[in-house]
Amino acid sequence: MSTTTTPAGPSAPKGQPQRAETNGPAGQPGHKPLVELTSATVRFCGDSGDGMQLAGTQLTNTSALAGNDIATFPDFPAEIRAPRGTKAGVSGFQIQFASTEIFTPGDRVDALVAMNPAALVTNLADLNPGGALIINRDAFDEKGLKQAGYETNPLEDGSLKSYRLFPVDMTRMTRLAVESQGLGTKESDRCRNFFAMGLAFWLYNRSLEPTLRYIDEKFGKRPAVAEANRLALKAGYNFGETTEALPSQYFVPAARLKSGHYTNIMGNTALAWGLMAAAKLSGRDLFLGSYPITPASDILHELAKHKEFGVRTFQAEDEIAAVTSAIGAAYGGAMGITTTSGPGVALKQEAIGLAIMTELPILIINVQRGGPSTGLPTKTEQADLLQAIYGRNGESPLPVIAARSPADCFDVAQEAWRIATRFMVPVMLLTDGYIANGSEPWLVPDFNKLPKIEVKHPGPIAEGETFMPYARDEYLARPWALPGTPGLMHRIGGLEKQDITGNVSYDPLNHEHMVRLRQQKVDNVALAIPKQEVSGPPKGKLLVVSWGGTYGACLTAVQHAQSQGLAVAHAHLRYLNPFPSNMGELLKSYDKVMVAELNLGQLNMLLRAKYMVDTVGYNKVQGRPFSVAELVAQINELVK
Amino acid sequence: MSTGTTLPVLQAADFASDQEVRWCPGCGDYSILAQMKKIMPSLGIPREQTVFVSGIGCSSRFPYYMNTYGVHSIHGRAPAIATGLKTARPDLSVWVITGDGDALSIGGNHLMHAIRRNLDINIVLFNNQIYGLTKGQYSPTSPLGKVTKSTPMGAVDNPLHPISIAIGCEATFVARSIDVNIKHLGMVLKRAAEHRGTAFVEVYQNCNIFNDGAFAYATDKESKADTVIELEHGKPLIFGKNRDKGIRLHGLDPEIVELGKGVSEDDLLFHDEKAPEPSLAYLLSRMRHPEFPEPIGVFRAVDRPRYDDEVSKQIAAALAKKGPGDLNALFNSGDTWDIE
Repeated sequence: MSTTTTPAGPSAPKGQPQRAETNGPAGQPGHKPLVELTSATVRFCGDSGDGMQLAGTQLTNTSALAGNDIATFPDFPAEIRAPRGTKAGVSGFQIQFASTEIFTPGDRVDALVAMNPAALVTNLADLNPGGALIINRDAFDEKGLKQAGYETNPLEDGSLKSYRLFPVDMTRMTRLAVESQGLGTKESDRCRNFFAMGLAFWLYNRSLEPTLRYIDEKFGKRPAVAEANRLALKAGYNFGETTEALPSQYFVPAARLKSGHYTNIMGNTALAWGLMAAAKLSGRDLFLGSYPITPASDILHELAKHKEFGVRTFQAEDEIAAVTSAIGAAYGGAMGITTTSGPGVALKQEAIGLAIMTELPILIINVQRGGPSTGLPTKTEQADLLQAIYGRNGESPLPVIAARSPADCFDVAQEAWRIATRFMVPVMLLTDGYIANGSEPWLVPDFNKLPKIEVKHPGPIAEGETFMPYARDEYLARPWALPGTPGLMHRIGGLEKQDITGNVSYDPLNHEHMVRLRQQKVDNVALAIPKQEVSGPPKGKLLVVSWGGTYGACLTAVQHAQSQGLAVAHAHLRYLNPFPSNMGELLKSYDKVMVAELNLGQLNMLLRAKYMVDTVGYNKVQGRPFSVAELVAQINELVK
Repeated sequence: MSTGTTLPVLQAADFASDQEVRWCPGCGDYSILAQMKKIMPSLGIPREQTVFVSGIGCSSRFPYYMNTYGVHSIHGRAPAIATGLKTARPDLSVWVITGDGDALSIGGNHLMHAIRRNLDINIVLFNNQIYGLTKGQYSPTSPLGKVTKSTPMGAVDNPLHPISIAIGCEATFVARSIDVNIKHLGMVLKRAAEHRGTAFVEVYQNCNIFNDGAFAYATDKESKADTVIELEHGKPLIFGKNRDKGIRLHGLDPEIVELGKGVSEDDLLFHDEKAPEPSLAYLLSRMRHPEFPEPIGVFRAVDRPRYDDEVSKQIAAALAKKGPGDLNALFNSGDTWDIE
């Protein structure tokens, strides 16, 4: 199913921006003017059963294959199927595609496809004035309007006059288009998202080919459904071509990204593949203990698919069993991993303390979501930083690192395992719902060129010699002795250990020594990681500090400020515990430091406490990512 | 270590670690430790292939005293740690040592799921019907009315019965023994070790500090022949000092009958540890003092697929079907494009 296309060049068969001589999928020549754009942001929204995620994903793929840079933002409710037509059930998928390098899925949208009144009322505020508003008019009946809280029909009352409104009878036209396949009304209506896709594809002059291939793969075993979807897709496209309502088409040329071989990847997939790569690079078998939780479950799903890599996935009875099984696997010499979200981490913390005490390398992956408690399961947040660094009993330090984007998850997974094995510590890796479900083009690496991860295990010793399970190497790491090795029989556990021998010890001075040693071990990670880099001037008026999934928005905002001639720089942290060794010096090189995060100021507090710098926080806790505009406004406020 | 062609003959002492044993003098745990060390050489498994995993509680100090690999983990989680270890390393012989509080209170969920998965591990539950390490609170196996520090007017919650729980989770091997009944205990531990699948063993263990004599009825020389009945596969259930009493089925209920007087051995219930349905084993687990003699021995020993085996088989099947995983092929498995 691997397909390679070359967006530049005459032979490119798909998705190519072609001028007015464009041939539509039905073969008739395109006849409308084509307007070139550098970027476009489109959002599909509808009921959670309307297939909006699929519509967004397909527009993403075809745009990626057309050579655009892309960034996506799926946004869906926690309920699988909330009552139809209600605001609680609205699901959306936003994509920005561009001919320049982009880092966010866009603040506001240029085109909004709304499948019902509830979707319109909940999403309209994000549509740019003058933006295209494509509406499924058939859903704007009395019941639908009432469910959305409309007293009058917005399609008729003039309230949408600041947008380019295109009401389309999508339900009726889809039913007509698929009539030949003899499906029931319910099944026919399920093809409606393909009609909407077809229309959007026409509007942005996108190739239908990738989606037609998808239909073949997905519905190949049900020919009538496959054909109905194909017909709906083409009907939507042809409607765009023929309707007088839509006067012009748009196109976004290919982006000039770094040359190479690309695929579109989601954060959770990139993370799973990064873990598999790390296992292979270190010669370890991968063991995942995991309990299903939104938005982390897709990592479990992905890894469970790849047993031919020796991957062992264990769906545990609870979060605690998930992490403790990973500890058991690590004791046996495997790459022990557990994946979860914030509430799961809360349950795992005692066991993470055991991994700290037993000095075993495991990875704890927290795909953060809105909290506390069950919170906002499908929405993004960065409020687990303090939980990650400090949320356990006793002095229990561990390294914490965070991924910044979907593709970055691949690299960070390997980095986490490199640190865990070199220092014999559990490592917490933070991502969030935004990058877990978002996607972007990924420059596909050659596995054979990835740096190896060296892991050592002590060999057998003779009868009479004594093995010291808590002896130390230059990093203060203890030996990772594996069961099955003659002579190395040893016992580990959660009770305080005497250094070197590993025997249980209640000696007061030994305890302090061990507490300090475990801290020193984590502090030493700072010596093994790169110094913090900044994007922008090394000194100046303002440094914007960020971490995790806000990278794209913060970078874009800072670049905007720089283009206005402002002396603003951006430092995006991958390493959160310990901080890079130059962090203090960096913070003191700017007049002001703004720490932007999707919480009430957790990193800001850590930086202030550690470096005594009067940083200011910029915080948002709405379950949504930062918009570039709000960051730009804040930057302007601070440098004026 | 062994370097020649002949394997060294190990003794019980070879399985003793260099750590000082710190249970209270007179604790039933000493006996269990001694029997474990005694059977270990007979299993033919090298010390380095054996791992003892425990949770928290007096019993859970056990791994420190064995010269094998060991993990003294956190409260209740030993079955989950053992599950990860055994799944990642099916070549190892993995034992879980736990207590009534560790296994049935804080760790109840893990116990239940380890048993249903039927990993090839052995779980030994030291049941002393009390919290010893926290100095004498009632446990989930303490009888109703039990007066302890935390139940000064007596426990009001109904106790759990470990054997019934294990059978309810469809354990493939379920057995019971008594700390001071050393020959029987050694036999039961050995059979547990030899079982393929999760072997669950309850050991009546005396806590002479906080719950002394809880099982006196079953250990007292005078009374034990009448209060304990030894299960043997294929044999009738007979007990009593003079072996003149037996258990007969009356409908779905067991009843005590006297042999002779018109009742012959053939009328008695015959033990079948291999019965595919767990009903008989469960019925036996409901026979409790003082109404009935309490069964010891193997309640159930059946064969069923093991989680660790099945995971390995799926990996082998995936390898056979797809060949060894190729990461570069995986990375390029979706739609890809080139930028010049």
